[in-house]
Amino acid sequence: MNILVVGLSHKTAPVDIRERVAFAPTAMEAPLKQVVGLPAVAEAVIVSTCNRVEIYACSRDPEAACSQLRHFLAEYHNIPADELNPHLYEHCGGEAIHHVFRVASSLDSMVIGEPQILGQIKTAYGYASEFKTVGLILNRFLHKAFSVAKRVRTETEIASNAVSVSFAAVELARKIFGTLTDKTVMLIGAGEMCELAARHFVNNGISQVLVTNRTFERAEKLAAEFGGRAVLFNDYVEHLHQADIVLTSTGAPGFILDRQQLEGVIKRRKNRPMFLIDIAVPRDIDPRANDIDNIYLYDVDDLQEVVQANLKERHKEAKKAEAIVLTEVDQFHQWLGNLDVVPTIVALRKKFEDIRQEELQKTLSRFSSLGDKERKSIEAMTAAIINKALHQPISLLKQCKDDSGSCDGYVDAVRALFGLVPPEPDAGDTPADDGLNELPIKE
Amino acid sequence: MSVNILLFKIALLVYLVATGLYLFDVLLRRERIGRIARWVLVGGFVVHCLALALRWFDAGQTPVSSPHEALSFFAWAIVGCYLLFDLRYRLAIIGAFVCPVAVVLMIVSSAMPKQLREPNPLLDSWWFPVHVSLAFAGYAIFALACVAGIMYLLQERMLKGKHFTGLYFRLPSLDILDNINARCLSFGFPLMTMGIISGAVWANAAWGDYWRWDPKETWALLTWFLYAALLHGRLTIGWRGRRAAIFAIIGFCCLLISFFVVNAMTDTEHSFRALQGVPMVTPR
Repeated sequence: MNILVVGLSHKTAPVDIRERVAFAPTAMEAPLKQVVGLPAVAEAVIVSTCNRVEIYACSRDPEAACSQLRHFLAEYHNIPADELNPHLYEHCGGEAIHHVFRVASSLDSMVIGEPQILGQIKTAYGYASEFKTVGLILNRFLHKAFSVAKRVRTETEIASNAVSVSFAAVELARKIFGTLTDKTVMLIGAGEMCELAARHFVNNGISQVLVTNRTFERAEKLAAEFGGRAVLFNDYVEHLHQADIVLTSTGAPGFILDRQQLEGVIKRRKNRPMFLIDIAVPRDIDPRANDIDNIYLYDVDDLQEVVQANLKERHKEAKKAEAIVLTEVDQFHQWLGNLDVVPTIVALRKKFEDIRQEELQKTLSRFSSLGDKERKSIEAMTAAIINKALHQPISLLKQCKDDSGSCDGYVDAVRALFGLVPPEPDAGDTPADDGLNELPIKE
Repeated sequence: MSVNILLFKIALLVYLVATGLYLFDVLLRRERIGRIARWVLVGGFVVHCLALALRWFDAGQTPVSSPHEALSFFAWAIVGCYLLFDLRYRLAIIGAFVCPVAVVLMIVSSAMPKQLREPNPLLDSWWFPVHVSLAFAGYAIFALACVAGIMYLLQERMLKGKHFTGLYFRLPSLDILDNINARCLSFGFPLMTMGIISGAVWANAAWGDYWRWDPKETWALLTWFLYAALLHGRLTIGWRGRRAAIFAIIGFCCLLISFFVVNAMTDTEHSFRALQGVPMVTPR
């Protein structure tokens, strides 16, 4: 049994293709049933997000299944196959497992480490199990993918550094102050980004919020929103020393805080550090204030820089994650291989045993004069012949099972050579045929 | 080779392994290895304790009278203090900075002559262990303050300059580093003060003089004033952060000078030449 993936993502398709191929989350039943109705597809999950559309399937005949899935995607969304095909990728076997584990661990995402993708795959799996289009293999496969993603999350710091400007400010504050619980933040002016950053600070335990604005009503309104206190714009400098963190975003054409004022403030604070975030353009605070000891002044570009550094850090952590994914892929691939090897060995033994019994019956029935001892030795001899003849093929199968990976070739060859019937996939999980068999099996 | 030297060498080796693990943790971001490193370091410390105890037993007096002994004792005190601090802060990255210091001291120590000497009758007093233990405990804590200061300056530089390397993510917050500085000062300064006082009292008992202005005493006083200034600045005028970090680094440099230059090169009561008696006839 093979796992395969057919789909497209932000890496292979522009948004105008992605939006046409997307599946509506409210109507997943029809496409899922159609996909498992495809002759070569046994189980299927459809993942559809704004950055990717992928079908995970398992099949005995991966090549046929892939082309049927490509065909299905084009047909279902009414896109000419020629237009869609260049954007589609397909993975099979180990590659498919690797791909899905990477996607679930958010290693293939546009922003590495973003947390949504795992939830989206879980939702997709939820639909598939609701409409019974997954069986033994994909069930196991997706649960494994979820646990790999969890392992990546807990064992690496792939998601731990902020990639948004406002959250990066919170993390910087943590690097300066350690804990934020007893800190005060002051908002000067009320830009949207300023508000967002303030909200992040409040959510992360800031104890007091001061707000000032040229229009006092606006300040009061905002202060009420954060459970803080409004301060008159005329004398906010008098309150500045109470603030550990200052967010500015006024529309003033020049600096509203110069170096000298801030030197006074820091003296009044007895050198307790201050984190100034100047989100305004043009800037509100004289950049030379950064030279004052214990003042850390960041403007929008500086925060962008932090985000870049964080992204770089995520990419470094991603290398660790890739190693985790690889070991898990090996493990799962092995499990999948064993799934086929053991029944094949059993079937092979049974086949030969059946032949032996049949021929024994024939022969022994013709020689009724034989004694018990002779019968027994003939039986033993035939059993020995079979054991010796099968020893090499069976030990080879067992060996490639232990080595993990690529025993599919042997399994298929043994089955073809000896005409073994493959074990049926769970019949109950395959939905009724709904007339889609007119799709060609091979193009 | 006597057993105490063997144990000393094992301790050095284990410290080296712990240092390697700490650096591995920090440079290649393997947090689990940092946790292993802590236990390796604890193991090394236990071996080192045994080595010192045996040395004490063999020498018949507190083992700090030769350069080898003093350096080994110094490294032991630093590792011990670090492990105590680690109980509170649990930061493997500090280990990555502290352990190399201990290892360097140990390597220098192992390069020194390790021969045992006849006990020096002058040092046959209970004041000796009291005096040196207090002094070395203070040294070790100030060594930690110095390391925290270096880490503070590195982290502050990145935050001010808005240039972030991988270290930025591993170093703790400025607040914690400054907090370590303050804590070290509040433990180290009383220890150092008591070390000086105990020395003075002992000197009075032995020679009838509290203070003789020997170079070691002068340096120690100078260093004491430096730390006193820092403590005063911290408590009253809000010195902190960068300035405190720089002070801690300068203070520790002074300690190192008084330790290496004065003890090793001058000819006074504190010099190793005066501390050591004649060599023992049979080292075994």
